[in-house]
Amino acid sequence: MADILTPPTEEREVFDPKTVIEEPLWRIRIRLGWRAFRKNWALFSENKMGIVGLLIIALFGIMALAHPVLMATVWQEHQEGGKNVYDIRAGADSIIVTKTIVEEVTDTLTEISQIEAMFLGTGVNIPEIGDTIEAPLANPAPPVLSGVPHPHILGTDPFGGDVFSQLLFGARAAFLLGAIAALSSVALATLVGTIAAYFGGVIDTILMRLADLVILIPLLPLLIVVSGFWNVELTMLGILIGVLGGLGGTAIILKSQALSVKVKPFIDAARIAGGGHWRIITRHIIPNVLPLSFLYMMFAVTGAIFTEAALSFLGLLNIQQSWGIMINIAHTQGYTLEGLKVWWLMFPAGMSITLFSAGFFLVGRAMDEVVNPRLRKR
Amino acid sequence: MLKYIAKRFGQIFILFYVFLALLFLLLDLQPGDISQQFVGNPNIPPEAKEIMVRQLGLDQPKIVQLGNHLWNYSFGMDMGVSWASYPREVSEILFTALPRTVFLFLTATILSFWLGFYTGKLVAWRRGTLIEKTTMITSIFFWTIFYPWFAILMLWFTSSVLGWFPVGKFISVETWIGAPYTAQSVFMLMLGSMALLSTLYGVARYAIDRSVDDAKTRRSYHRIALWSLVALVLVLWGINARRTYALDIIWHTIVPVLTLTLVNFAGTTLLTRSSMLETLREDYILTARAKGVPESTIRDRHAARNAMLPVTTSLVLQLAVVIAGGVITEQIFSWPGLGRALLGAITAEDIPVAMGALALIGILSLFAHLVADITYAFLDPRIRVQG
Repeated sequence: MADILTPPTEEREVFDPKTVIEEPLWRIRIRLGWRAFRKNWALFSENKMGIVGLLIIALFGIMALAHPVLMATVWQEHQEGGKNVYDIRAGADSIIVTKTIVEEVTDTLTEISQIEAMFLGTGVNIPEIGDTIEAPLANPAPPVLSGVPHPHILGTDPFGGDVFSQLLFGARAAFLLGAIAALSSVALATLVGTIAAYFGGVIDTILMRLADLVILIPLLPLLIVVSGFWNVELTMLGILIGVLGGLGGTAIILKSQALSVKVKPFIDAARIAGGGHWRIITRHIIPNVLPLSFLYMMFAVTGAIFTEAALSFLGLLNIQQSWGIMINIAHTQGYTLEGLKVWWLMFPAGMSITLFSAGFFLVGRAMDEVVNPRLRKR
Repeated sequence: MLKYIAKRFGQIFILFYVFLALLFLLLDLQPGDISQQFVGNPNIPPEAKEIMVRQLGLDQPKIVQLGNHLWNYSFGMDMGVSWASYPREVSEILFTALPRTVFLFLTATILSFWLGFYTGKLVAWRRGTLIEKTTMITSIFFWTIFYPWFAILMLWFTSSVLGWFPVGKFISVETWIGAPYTAQSVFMLMLGSMALLSTLYGVARYAIDRSVDDAKTRRSYHRIALWSLVALVLVLWGINARRTYALDIIWHTIVPVLTLTLVNFAGTTLLTRSSMLETLREDYILTARAKGVPESTIRDRHAARNAMLPVTTSLVLQLAVVIAGGVITEQIFSWPGLGRALLGAITAEDIPVAMGALALIGILSLFAHLVADITYAFLDPRIRVQG
């Protein structure tokens, strides 16, 4: 009997489990992950638009990181009246320059007309042409790189704030909001979608009817009313957009993906092996839904940025500074019809919002081709 | 088909009440209750405050309040009295604004769907050409451009640079001084004639389809019917004394509608293109090619019709974009519709008007979804048969 049970050792090698265990599990996971990443990256990088999107996002990332660095280094010494001139809310009156009084003003930064100088001066005498006077910088001031005490790369806004500094700070706000909204939206959508797909029945019906309802509610008007009742800040707005976005369309799409995973044999195997509901959901279904979730995260960022900017533009949010607020200030201060004459007021902010959304949109589309093989060209 | 419509109608009806209940919850969740708005006002004595609380029904249990809220909003359409423009009723303010928003919304949606579908179809057919790339880049640009900024640029370009169009607003005051008609009546008449035109055209189309067999003659008859009806309406307006005023309203309408259309047009184009590209890979397209069916027939009859289904589904999701865009358009172009009423009410802390406007926008969105669903069922026989 013993002869039959013991396999002949010289014919095939004994499978020794210790050889596998020698390498720790996390390292295997990292290696597998790296391999999958390389494969997907090859697919992703075939799409040039996706690369462009990534570059745009990287550019904004640098901008967001640059703001605190610049504030601590280059812009540190520009203090006037206890305030840093480049602070996002420093205000106009902190910048006083010396202007020459002339008859006809050609350069508003260094010249001033007699009448204006009279209003600024303390005396009643009409100032002589050719004199110099201490006067506030023209606001909004066009971009100046040198020649004034504080160079403004992108000029100043109607209140004298530095547009470039605001633009960099806006990138920070946009990343923060996008991250909060996308993470909360996709986490919720993945959970709701998977639970609805896994349990089915009453839970499915309730969750999906809820999703229908959320799709039907017009988001922007609702948020307008909410911002009228409560004091909406950036974090709260991110969570609100995330929850409302995550319960709606994304949950339905992820549910259909989870449904297709649920019927796979390995789920049955896990159940037979004694896996609990929670373990099957978190360990077997969600990892297979995650690629699609990640894709919808990109689109969630685009939506969140648009909503925030639109609400800021309408002047309804309690946010320190954002791109939407920059456009709002230019619009409400009456520079709408000036157009290209004061291009630095709206163009950088509007272009930033557009490019930021476009970056995430392009990356999302390129990822769509990775996740959904039907869309690939070959 | 009827059964399906009835079912969807029932669902929308239930959702409508859930939505109204949510609005009540929103009102109820705000810090304090609605009467707290007047706490800080020293001119209102405590007795008056108590009367106000009783009149607003705030002393009753919450469930009764909810019932009252649902009842008032649904049947009586009694949404209370505006606080900012005191004696006027909320429903009166909002029902003046409603047709303008509906007009903006409908025109932009229909135009953008039609144009976007046509462009997307052609672009997908010419994959890889320069035209496709240009259209795609333009579409992505329009689709991702920050809408309020785009609207501001359009306003600046059309009114300040070109000088062809007015700077927003619904009517020019100079034209309307001493006018024997109100702007609302003229506008309603315009909407009425548009509705009449489309109904008559639909009836004519149906009659032609029933009586003519040949597809080509049918199409030319359709065209004749459409143009003769348009000519009839134009002649009727031409001999009407209201024509100057109608023209003034149209003049103010063009830019807002164009702006809203352009953005949604881009979205539909992108969607149609990808849907069409998927359809073109199907086996029945290959079969049609093998049979020797003309290319234009393959494109328009075999591919485009099937590509339309996913586009219609996505139209439902896109409605939110149109509604949000509508609110922003109304604000920037000073177009006195629901969105502007909502924003004005929020700025003036006029809660009844704000809630009413939100409810009406919600109803508009519900109704649009219902229409989109019915269209979808109409296009997809599988849904029609299943019921």
